[in-house]
Amino acid sequence: MERKTKVNAEDGKQEIVITREFDLPLELLFKAYIEPEIVEQWMGTKVLKLENKKHGGWQFETSDAQGNVVFRANGVIHEFVPNQKITRTFEMENTPFPVQLEFFEFEKLTDDTSKLNMHIVFKSVADRNQLLKMPFAQGINMAHNRLQEVVNKLK
Amino acid sequence: MNLRRDVFQAIADPTRRAILVLVASQSMTAGAIASNFDTARPTVSKHLQILTECELLKQEQNGREIYYHLNAEKMKEVADFIEPFRKMWDDRFNKLETIMKNYKSNT
Repeated sequence: MERKTKVNAEDGKQEIVITREFDLPLELLFKAYIEPEIVEQWMGTKVLKLENKKHGGWQFETSDAQGNVVFRANGVIHEFVPNQKITRTFEMENTPFPVQLEFFEFEKLTDDTSKLNMHIVFKSVADRNQLLKMPFAQGINMAHNRLQEVVNKLK
Repeated sequence: MNLRRDVFQAIADPTRRAILVLVASQSMTAGAIASNFDTARPTVSKHLQILTECELLKQEQNGREIYYHLNAEKMKEVADFIEPFRKMWDDRFNKLETIMKNYKSNT
């Protein structure tokens, strides 16, 4: 099976490139990035602020089942060209991770398909590698939280 | 130096990646590996040392010769490392695609 989402982190540079082709027209793909209520659905996070313009800011927040905030991220939008590109910074609050620079490029393939190129630049190679370990750590945390939920119900 | 033990540093270098591909099919001596590159022999030795230090290569004494072979388990670790990250984004993008397909049919 061909993998639709490709991650290239091999070059030992402080960057990751994520590419994905969508069975969606370019306009719909782009919309999924700028409409707060849609972003909330697929990112699984609450959108506190999303100003889609140059010098605009954004802030996302994720809470657990008990309403405790477990993740908050923010940044500034540097470039915003509809249906073409978004350049923004990304910072996870209350973590030792330095701010990242993210380049999103949206591309039309056919009338019904499109492509996203997401290029993330980190402060250092070590910071990048640390972040690559994150989803795994998060997976464990989430499993743990779910266990906690089940246990709480038993009480 | 600690950085040298970082697996990602190890596979960052194109020559080191080429070495890994070479020994993937068969165990080889340092000399045999070096003969595949234009690079000076000491440079190749240095690469082999780095790859061995971070356990991507294993050394095996065979008579007077030392053979290098791939440590498949460690290589898998590298792949496993990126895979959860890729999976996370793949899941998110699949969701995005489903949501927008519904969005399209509703308008």
